Amino acid sequence: MSLKSFLKTKLVSKELNQQLDKINKPVGSLGYDPWGFNTDTNKIVLAMFSGIYHKYFRVEAKGIENVPDTGPVLIIANHSGQLPIDGTLIAYALANRKKAPRLPRAMIERFFPTVPYLGNLLNQIGAVLGDPENCAKMLENGEAIVAFPEGIRGSGKLYKDRYQLQRFGNGFVHLAMKHNTPIIPVGVVGCEETIPAFANIKPLAKLLGVPYVPIALPVVLPAKVILNFGKPIHFANEDLTEEQITRRVEKVKSAINALTAKGLEERTGIFQ
Amino acid sequence: MSTINALPLKKSKKIKKTVLITGAAGALSQQIINRLRDTYQIVAVDFRKLTYHSDDIPSYKIDFNKRGFEDLFKRHDFDSVIHLGRISSSEETRMSRYNANVLGTQKLLDLSHKYGINNVIVLSTYHVYGASPYNPALLDEKAPLKAAELTMDLVDSVELENLANIYLWRYPDLNITILRPCNIVGPGVKNTISSLLSSKMAPALAGFSPIMQFIHIDDMADAIVLAHKKRIRGVYNVAPNDWISYQDALKHCGCMAIPIPSIPPVLPKLITSILDLKMFPSYLVNYFKYPVVINGKTFNDIFGFSAKRPLKEILRTYNEMKE
Repeated sequence: MSLKSFLKTKLVSKELNQQLDKINKPVGSLGYDPWGFNTDTNKIVLAMFSGIYHKYFRVEAKGIENVPDTGPVLIIANHSGQLPIDGTLIAYALANRKKAPRLPRAMIERFFPTVPYLGNLLNQIGAVLGDPENCAKMLENGEAIVAFPEGIRGSGKLYKDRYQLQRFGNGFVHLAMKHNTPIIPVGVVGCEETIPAFANIKPLAKLLGVPYVPIALPVVLPAKVILNFGKPIHFANEDLTEEQITRRVEKVKSAINALTAKGLEERTGIFQ
Repeated sequence: MSTINALPLKKSKKIKKTVLITGAAGALSQQIINRLRDTYQIVAVDFRKLTYHSDDIPSYKIDFNKRGFEDLFKRHDFDSVIHLGRISSSEETRMSRYNANVLGTQKLLDLSHKYGINNVIVLSTYHVYGASPYNPALLDEKAPLKAAELTMDLVDSVELENLANIYLWRYPDLNITILRPCNIVGPGVKNTISSLLSSKMAPALAGFSPIMQFIHIDDMADAIVLAHKKRIRGVYNVAPNDWISYQDALKHCGCMAIPIPSIPPVLPKLITSILDLKMFPSYLVNYFKYPVVINGKTFNDIFGFSAKRPLKEILRTYNEMKE
């Protein structure tokens, strides 16, 4: 018996297995898709993540019914926390949704494929290199995609800048318009406090070829996480200037700001 | 030029159309010859060695860059060319590969044009896309060919493609079809990946297991015969709709992965250069690190092709070979 089969037998409960089998995922005969997603690895990681989601971060997902049951959708959120924990929590929340669960694909920063073990693991649980070609092909396949238009500007920001949205790239609105895809804004509260960073050692980051090397505690803190999913935003596919696109991006950004503010109000304490 | 059965066919009345197949010493060309021999007069050439196919198939060992190569076109009235004769990147020196693959192909295409051939198939490789961490999945034919940026050892593969592309547009009458297959595997195939899957132990970069695609040699032969039959010019990826990670593929083949340290990035290239492993050449290291997943949909749609040999069966065959 391979290690993967052993872990699957030991860790994946019958209920989780049934829940994940409900999700139609187009994979090849050996459980892989072209982006590297693997059915068994995904089940094992989600099973291991269950305790982290429910007990460690005590995640509350609100308005998750706003994500359509089927068809292409772009789930756009604020990015924070140095590691891609926020994307994984959003994906887990949707995979565990009682009605019409989905396995969304998270768009990850371009340096992840160069990181040994982590890059492959992220691919196997559904994360994909944040490339417009990848995103377009997945939308054509009717996938749900989680993207963070702030990119590393958001994930690598310092604790003093928490909950201040950084500049958004415009690509996601172009894709939403071209592929007639609704955008679900998500406000993530709590991930900013999981790995508070106080400085970024830029020369070391440059030397290592990574986007940032934060000075932070070497632990992931158990901050309470609230995910607020907003109502779908639709943009008609029109011939617009980049300035007009930016205005549409700002509309999404405002919605995320409002959802984040709502989450901060709902939270009674960072660790409560 | 060495020959077997070199008859002056042009003087006799043609019953069958004649096809020139290059790279005749390879396993793939043998498969194609088997499929075409009943309906075509076949002429086999190879620049590496002289091979015997059967009494009715003239066979030549010849350098395409030598003047004598044109004599073949004078002696045989070729109707089509299937150009499989690419020296793979694990063979010969960079210069001799360039001469054979690029200049040899140019000579072949020039002669094809001069002698009015209107059906040319050129076998390329998915390696031309280059293994980059920024590759999206399901690369289609319009994706840039970045292999030459990443390693000088694949320049000849990219140049061969560029050359064929120029002839494709300059001489539309040649009806050039360029096929870019994923990893061709199966019995008799001696390329890098097939050698790795055949062995009991194979190197793998620690922490990297890129998604790969495999096409069985029989399916690839079917694809080439189909392209030859339908004569639709253009560039096409050829790959089945099935995928597996490299290290999982090794497991399925009963092959143990021997990890090679992967960081810093210079280390695996250094190690493979020092070891000078023919089955794991240093300039192909990135193909075992980052995925190059191609989209074969256009070829499937236009030519009505679908690979018949399941991935599981392909890998099982390699496993059974070891028992």
